[in-house]
Amino acid sequence: MTGTVTPFPAPRRASAPQTEGSAMSPSSVATAVEPLLDVRGLTISLPDGADRPYAVENLTFTLNPNEILCVVGESGSGKSMTAHATMGLLPKPHVKVTGGELLFRGHNVFTMSETEQRALRGGRIAMVFQEPMTALNPLKKVGDQIEESLRVHTSLDKAARAARVVELLTQVGLPNPADLSKSYPFRLSGGQRQRVMIAMALACEPDVLIADEPTTALDVTTQKQILELIRSIQAERHMGVMFITHDFGVVAEIADRVAVMQHGKLVEIGPARQVLNAPTHPYTRHLIASVPHYIEHRADFTKSGDALLEARNVNKVFNVGGGFLRKGRQVVAGDDICLTIHPGETVGLVGESGSGKSTLGRSIVGLMTPNSGQILFKGQNLLGLKRREFRPFRRDIQMVFQDPYASLNPRHKVGDIISQGPVAFGEDKGKALTRARELLQLVGLDGSAADRYPHQFSGGQRQRISIARALAMDPTLLVADEPVSALDVSVQTQVLKLLDDIRHRLNLSMLFITHDLRVAAQVCDTIAVMRRGKIVEIGPSRSVFGDPQHEYTRTLLDAIPGKAWEIPAELLAERAGHSAGGHPS
Amino acid sequence: MAGLVPFLAGRMVKAVVILFAIVVLNFLLVHAAPGDPAMVMAGEAGAADAKFVEQLREQFGLNKPLHEQLMTYVGTVAQGDLGFSYRQQRPVWDLIADRLPATLMLTLSAFVVALVGGILLGTLAAINSGKWSDSAITVVALLAYATPIYWVGLMLILLFSVSLGWLPAFGFETVGAGLTGLDRLGDILAHLVLPVFTLGLFYMAVYARMTRASILEVRDMDFVKTARAKGLRESRIVFGHILRNAILPVITVAGVQGGHLIGGSILVETVFAWPGIGRLAFDAVLQRDYQVLLGIFFVSSVMVIVFNILTDLVYTLVDPRIEVAK
Repeated sequence: MTGTVTPFPAPRRASAPQTEGSAMSPSSVATAVEPLLDVRGLTISLPDGADRPYAVENLTFTLNPNEILCVVGESGSGKSMTAHATMGLLPKPHVKVTGGELLFRGHNVFTMSETEQRALRGGRIAMVFQEPMTALNPLKKVGDQIEESLRVHTSLDKAARAARVVELLTQVGLPNPADLSKSYPFRLSGGQRQRVMIAMALACEPDVLIADEPTTALDVTTQKQILELIRSIQAERHMGVMFITHDFGVVAEIADRVAVMQHGKLVEIGPARQVLNAPTHPYTRHLIASVPHYIEHRADFTKSGDALLEARNVNKVFNVGGGFLRKGRQVVAGDDICLTIHPGETVGLVGESGSGKSTLGRSIVGLMTPNSGQILFKGQNLLGLKRREFRPFRRDIQMVFQDPYASLNPRHKVGDIISQGPVAFGEDKGKALTRARELLQLVGLDGSAADRYPHQFSGGQRQRISIARALAMDPTLLVADEPVSALDVSVQTQVLKLLDDIRHRLNLSMLFITHDLRVAAQVCDTIAVMRRGKIVEIGPSRSVFGDPQHEYTRTLLDAIPGKAWEIPAELLAERAGHSAGGHPS
Repeated sequence: MAGLVPFLAGRMVKAVVILFAIVVLNFLLVHAAPGDPAMVMAGEAGAADAKFVEQLREQFGLNKPLHEQLMTYVGTVAQGDLGFSYRQQRPVWDLIADRLPATLMLTLSAFVVALVGGILLGTLAAINSGKWSDSAITVVALLAYATPIYWVGLMLILLFSVSLGWLPAFGFETVGAGLTGLDRLGDILAHLVLPVFTLGLFYMAVYARMTRASILEVRDMDFVKTARAKGLRESRIVFGHILRNAILPVITVAGVQGGHLIGGSILVETVFAWPGIGRLAFDAVLQRDYQVLLGIFFVSSVMVIVFNILTDLVYTLVDPRIEVAK
């Protein structure tokens, strides 16, 4: 077994309490050290009418001091519920613990009084949440929010608390901690807010840190910094960290041990190198096989003929916060952008949030007007066209949006959503509906889906509907703005496959906007890397990934989590097998 | 708060423009109604002939073309003069100044009572959502919201004045009692209780419902989970984190309604014979007393504008994300 794991880096800390090789069951680890958290047979029931009776069923695992346990699973696997149960944060009274026990240093948390539990919460066990943009109270200064924790759990006086706040903010690597503690959250970036959240969690030197997808909402370079921060703080304080994630790259980066959950059950647990490189459970194998990997780029695309779309020197500047008389801050979202898309080509636009990717996409679709420049579609400049003149081009250029939950009108039936576009262009209603059913089949759904409403579908299915909606107009160019970011990794693979399949079948050109370089590598022929409104590097996937020229591209590539980890070859073969099948979500 | 002075200056400029538009609109609207003061006065005088009416019109300047009358009116208002009521033979400003304190006393007390009571009840209902106390508050609020305000007033008079005899039924103070100092104040306050409660009840219901809905929304937000994860007490979570965020929409609505308080109390003033602006306006309409009516409109508009500016200022205090400067 060890023969197949060569590319995996050495265990990142010798001191980590790993019982190499034999640690199949958590109990064998538990005998070595007294666990911080000992979860035994945890069962959390969901209210009547939910899609399954239990959110978490008979879950047993331990968290030891000085280790990072990654809990991995797709949405709905019960990983967050487990964390929330530990913190006593389950949404009462509908969701509750109905079985098992959760021991913190030998004491069952579930039988403790509310006061005792409160003392643990934020004191001994602290938590960092997924969404840094909403996890802080927008009306309180960040320093005060950290201090609140100290006031509850320690006997420090006011001055000592203030000093400790500054100390904490320094520890999490924030600049000007004294000033920053007096800022309101809206002045801070996502990464800074997540650092504040971590500082808050660390305020009372907890034994256990629960991090619930703490980097999912962050840019890849910020993610790297936060992962490093969590890792170094954990090592320094010998905390037990329960790190919840859906991203195997992150797992490879940070985990000592890995627990994999599916439908509320623990399917596999073991040391990181074992789970990552020699997974035994079919679900784990399936998950790992679905992980996009940037090494795997497609063959070079040979451009032929005239460009279908050409962006020439496109500029766009947003004025933020400006007013009637006062000049606001200027944000450059497009700085002399030049880009071409040839028939049949997929161009990937990658970059971090705020780099102007979506602005370019929206400008091409005509949802936004750049300040200057030209966007030529089949030689015709789209900018400067009047509304009526632009209308015919709306058929040719269609868009798929990021959030499949927000981009479909919840009050309309799926069939209507898909047929509305063609009907608006004069198609007969009946014909359009028939075509909608065909398209639903094309994207791997049943034709009967047309008579249902969007909320009856899962995220992956909704994104298929969004694609069908875009295809209904018979476009030649598809602008896909982060089409898979909101989806689970296994669903992500299916949707990407679908896009790829359709593209070949209909000879579509595509502008594929994504923040995830691994995804871009999978689908794109050409990659354009954007930063602060500028395309810093553009070229065939192979050269951009294999031989990045620009400093920033290298930084981005370097920040991809788990790049040192190779997906086991046998699983890659398994994925190739999946590709032939092509099953819907 | 650094931008306070430019902010206020900017708002003043806007206010002047808005007031000008309001004055012109009001003037035209009032004159669009059939009849004029001369007709009413002539009618009241008994046997009046067309010549007498004409003479009155000439005396009041009502025979001039409309645009000339408008120019004259705007000119006098710009000089701070609201005109002269020929009906009552007194300057309009004096008439309004007589009545304004009583109305402000009534409406501001009602406003404060409604706001404080509404927010407290709404919070209570939200904390106990689903329990009997929530249902009780919600039902009472709905009743108060749906019941006509004058009917509530009449019933309160029946109960507290007629049956129990605890509180005076009408008026601003006991006429002819000759009270002074604290006694007079107590007397006025006793007269104030029923009208304030009647007027406040409706708004209290509005604020209670809003607060409750807003808290239920904010309660599920991420930062509340963060607060709970810090191990805070429930009371601190509610008052320190939830309520402050939940109150923002209530402030917006309260600010809009605060501006309407002057005009909004006509019914209550009528039921309780409260000598306020509302009744003055009512009488002015019946008597086609244009000048008084326009004066009242003007003062109400100023109040609306003042309350809007106040709301914006309060908002910046409560929500640091909003900046004063435009």
